[in-house]
Order: sequence, then C-alpha cells, then structure tokens
Amino acid sequence: MAAEVKPGSMSKTAPPVNSTPFLRVDDIYLRFGGLNALSGVSFDVQQGHIQAIIGPNGAGKTCILNCICRFYQPYRGTIYFQGVDLSKVATHRVAALGIARSFQNIELFKGMTVMDNIKLGHHVHMHSGFLSGGIYLGRAKSEEMRVRKEIEERIIDLLEIEAIRKKVVGTLPYGLQKRVELARALAMKPKLLLLDEPMAGMNLEETEDMARFILDVNQEWGVTVVLIEHDMGVVMDISDNVVVLDFGTKIAQDTPLEVSKNNHVIEAYLGSDAAAHSKLGL
Amino acid sequence: MPCGLFFSKYEKDDAIFKTVWLKCWMTVLVVLLLTFPLFSQKFSEMLGLNVTNLLNLIFVYIIGAHGLNLLTGYTGQISLGHGAFMGVGAYTTGILANAGWPFWLALPAGGVMTAAVGMLFGIPSLRLRGLYLAIATMAAQFILDYAMRNWTSLTGGSSGLIVPSASLFGFTFDSDQSFYYLALAFAIMATMYLKNLARTRTGRAFVAVRDRYLSAEVIGVNLFKYRLMSFGISSFMVGIAGGLWAYYITIISDEHFTMWLSVQYLAMIIVGGLGHVLGGIFGAVFFVVLPELLRLPAEAATAVYPNIFGIFASLREMVFGLIVIMFLIFEPDGLAARWHTVRNYWKLWPFSY
Repeated sequence: MAAEVKPGSMSKTAPPVNSTPFLRVDDIYLRFGGLNALSGVSFDVQQGHIQAIIGPNGAGKTCILNCICRFYQPYRGTIYFQGVDLSKVATHRVAALGIARSFQNIELFKGMTVMDNIKLGHHVHMHSGFLSGGIYLGRAKSEEMRVRKEIEERIIDLLEIEAIRKKVVGTLPYGLQKRVELARALAMKPKLLLLDEPMAGMNLEETEDMARFILDVNQEWGVTVVLIEHDMGVVMDISDNVVVLDFGTKIAQDTPLEVSKNNHVIEAYLGSDAAAHSKLGL
Repeated sequence: MPCGLFFSKYEKDDAIFKTVWLKCWMTVLVVLLLTFPLFSQKFSEMLGLNVTNLLNLIFVYIIGAHGLNLLTGYTGQISLGHGAFMGVGAYTTGILANAGWPFWLALPAGGVMTAAVGMLFGIPSLRLRGLYLAIATMAAQFILDYAMRNWTSLTGGSSGLIVPSASLFGFTFDSDQSFYYLALAFAIMATMYLKNLARTRTGRAFVAVRDRYLSAEVIGVNLFKYRLMSFGISSFMVGIAGGLWAYYITIISDEHFTMWLSVQYLAMIIVGGLGHVLGGIFGAVFFVVLPELLRLPAEAATAVYPNIFGIFASLREMVFGLIVIMFLIFEPDGLAARWHTVRNYWKLWPFSY
C-alpha cells in the first residue's frame, strides 16, 4: 500500500488508476461486544464512480460508513482515502480531507435555517474566528458574503431549494430535509460523498429528483459517491459498481447487472423458499 | 419579514435592521438612551425609584446575561458558576485598580482572568453534558465562593474590597449619571458582539455543537475547541460585567457572587429567551425591574398597615416567583419569542391571512 501522503499533494498525482485506489477499505473487522458487525470486508472505490453498497438489514452497511468517517474504530484493518490512513485522522479532521456524508436518520441542526445549515457545511473552508466574526467588519463580512453567494448560486440553485432557504429546518417535510442534508454535504466541497439511504421514505417523484441530483453531482462536479440504498431500481440505474454485504461479510462486488444475476446475492436476499417465507413473516 | 421587501444584494439581506422604519426606530431608541440622564431626575421622583441606578444595573446584567446566553443558549452547556465567575472578574479588576492599573487595562485584564478560570472549569464539558455539567460548574461556584470569602489577604474577605471609581481620559465616572454612559457603551458593545458572533462561522459552530454534536464533528467542527472557546468567551463577558460592577458599586464583597447570582443569571436567560440576542436584554430588564415594581405596592400597603410589613415583603418574593413560573409555563421560549410573535402579528395586521 502507498505510504502516507498529504491530502493536498495527492490530488495532482491521483488519476483514477487502479494501483492507487481513491478509497480502499482493507480487511475491516468491527465488533460490538460479542457481535461481529464486520468481519474482513475489503473493497476499492474508484475515483468518479458511484459505488453502491447493498445488503439486507443489519448487514453492516452503515457500519462501514461510520468507520470511514471515524465514528467507529475497527479493531483490525485499515481504510485509506487517497493513500491517507484514516485511522490516524481525528474525527473532525475527516471533513477537511474531503469526505462528506449524509445520515440515514436526518442529522440536521433543526433549530437553524436551511441557509445556516448549508453554511455550516462550509465550516472547514472558512477562516473567521471569534474576534473577527464578533466584530464583523472587513474580512469576516466579505467571507460571509462570498460563501453566501457561492451557496446560493451553486448548491441551492442545483438542488432547487430556493423557496425554503430561509425556513427553519425543523418545520420542513421529510423529503425536503433529506435534500437539505445533501446540500449541507455538498457545501463541504467533498471529493467523496457518503450517502446513507438518501431515498428512504420518499415517493417516486422525490426519489427521481434525488437520483438526478446524485448523477449531476457525480458527473458535473466529479464527486465520487458511495451510496447505501434499498431501492434496487435506483441502485441498478445509477451505480457503476455494487458491493453486496451479508452478516458483515462481502458476498459480491460487480457491476449492477452481474450482481443481480449472482447466486449468492439472490440467496442472501430471498434465501431458500422456507427462509424467504419466514423473513417476510408469512 | 415584511411583505413587499425585495433585495438585490446579499449585503442588503444581511443587514440587521433591514427596513427604513426599523432604522428610524433604532435611532429614536439610541437618542432616548443617550439623552436619558437629562430627564432621569424627574423620572425618578415621579416613580419614587432611582431609575438611573436601575438602568446601570440592567446594563451590567445585560453583559453577563449575554455571556451566559452564549454558553447556555447557543452552545447548550449549562453553567451554575457564572455568579462566581462574575466575582473573579470583579475582584481581579478591583485588585488591579487598587494596584494603580488604569481602567482601560484593569477591566480587560479582569475579563481575561475570568476567561482563564472559566476555561479551566469548562474542561469537564468535553465529557459532561446537561445536568452533569451543571453540577460540575456548581463545584466551581462553591470553590471560588470559598476562595473569595477566605482568601482575606487578597480579597478582604467579608469586610469587602474598596475599589476606586473608573476614570478614563481624566474623566471620573463616579456618579450614577456618568457611569450610565460607560455601562451603556459596554452593553451595546456586548450586544453587537453577540449578534455578530451568532451569525458568523464561530456562532454557527456553537449552535451545531448544541443541536447535534456528532453531526457537527462530521462537518469538521472540533468539539473540544468550540466547547472550551464558548466557556472562554462567556466567562470573559461575565468577567467584564463583574469588573464594571466593581467600578460602579466601589465596594465588593463575596456576598454579591453567591449561588443565588448564578441561578439568577440562568433564570434571566431562560425568561428572556435562550439562544436569542434579545433574550439577555429582556431577561436583565425583567429581573431588575420586576422586583422594584413589586416593591412599590408592598411599600404603599405597608404605609397603611405598618404592622404587617413582613407579610407584604415576603408576598413580594412569592409574587415574583409566581410570575417566573407563569412565564415558564406559558412562554417557555422566553420573552424574546413572545416579542417575535407580537411583531409578526403587527406586520400583517389588519389582514392576517
């Protein structure tokens, strides 16, 4: 594996070559007490791809995202992002490396406006401190204005949330909150975007909107996306590559088409007839 | 926002006072505040109160309440030590003033000292939240209280410490009227500081730490740094309030800075409105003015029934407590929220559809 490289210098020298993968999850083991949540999961994510992670409930999909953004510390294995060993990075420094995420259960700051939530996503790219910010003249003010302009014209325009940008987040319906969470993640100017079930609980129209946003971000901004999703239609349509997890182990990784034909995957999802019936509670 | 108001520049939208009317009203308020000492005498006689004195106290409390509001309202960390922190500021400023330091140096030094003490007691905030942090900061209150009372060589103990009046550029602020301007200036500065801080990067990070600290960490907010910074800034402000208090009262003793003051600060921002800049102002006004207003009928009644003064005096405390409880029940978001409701109502009046 490549030696540790500073994140800034890597962007110049990192074409999407297979030898230095964009994100490498290398033999991860994660345990909660006696429960093995992840046992020996490895996969690479290529730059510019939309990488889907699928699997039945409790397979360990969210655990992987939590390991990547350093909420969990795996007891074995390493995760490299552009050659940087993430286990040596403090949780709050992960954002500065260019990793952003959204959560399965919305984790927005509910008492703040949409605008403030998105501005918070910009936190690591801003510089004003408690003195310059409190006085609010010169640099701090021009920085606020610059960020405001950037957010309004890049993110709010892209996600079509102009009408709600001054609303308090807690008052918004679920579908819009999901969109605001994506907006906040985009404000972090990520290189890697981790999305944990962005379409969960959405109707068809909202799901299609969200899929379009993800494709836009991926293709126009060049952001690599790791996507956990249960909506197989979406996964098959937009992802370049799919990792399938079951009981904390990787059972397949391939293109969407190949994965859908894979016997292990069909068994994990549907099982034998009897297992399928018991899972569905019939 | 009032309807029919459109902006073509982000700067315009960002202004605190967005309409001409608001600017006019603010100008009127500032002019009234600046000219107030001219007619304060008459006003005081009319009410039978020393109004300038009350306003000075309000201004000092506003600074302290803003400080605690930053910590509790914005960052979501309860402190029951702010009474003692105010004492640290008062004693530091007082001792330095007695050592011959000028006002403009002794006051900030008191603030910095308080910030250091506050940050020291704020270190447990990395691990403790909510009630647990309240208890930890209460320990700070008791330790500092004990030190103030018993370190007599430094603080003069319960006999008090005499502090000279503030003087700046050869002018001495030794009367209610002159101190009024000093306190007003500092209260306005503290308010502007809090307002601006709340709408920039640091203030947003504070609110993020309050609302969802895990999520805050994901977007790159260093939790420990911001928790500690919040304690520092908050203690600095309350230390400045303490220093001003020392210069105003000119004799300080440990009795001012007990647990009661800490609780009072907390009650101020809860009644005023947690996490609102107006909250500290409303809370300070409420807690200074209401006891005085309640004193008036109590005294009037005592004139008629002189023998039962004690009952009326204690009745006053009970009414005060009752009003605070009523506020918590009927307006838990504080006076600031009520203010916004009223304002929004009038914006649309009489066509409230």
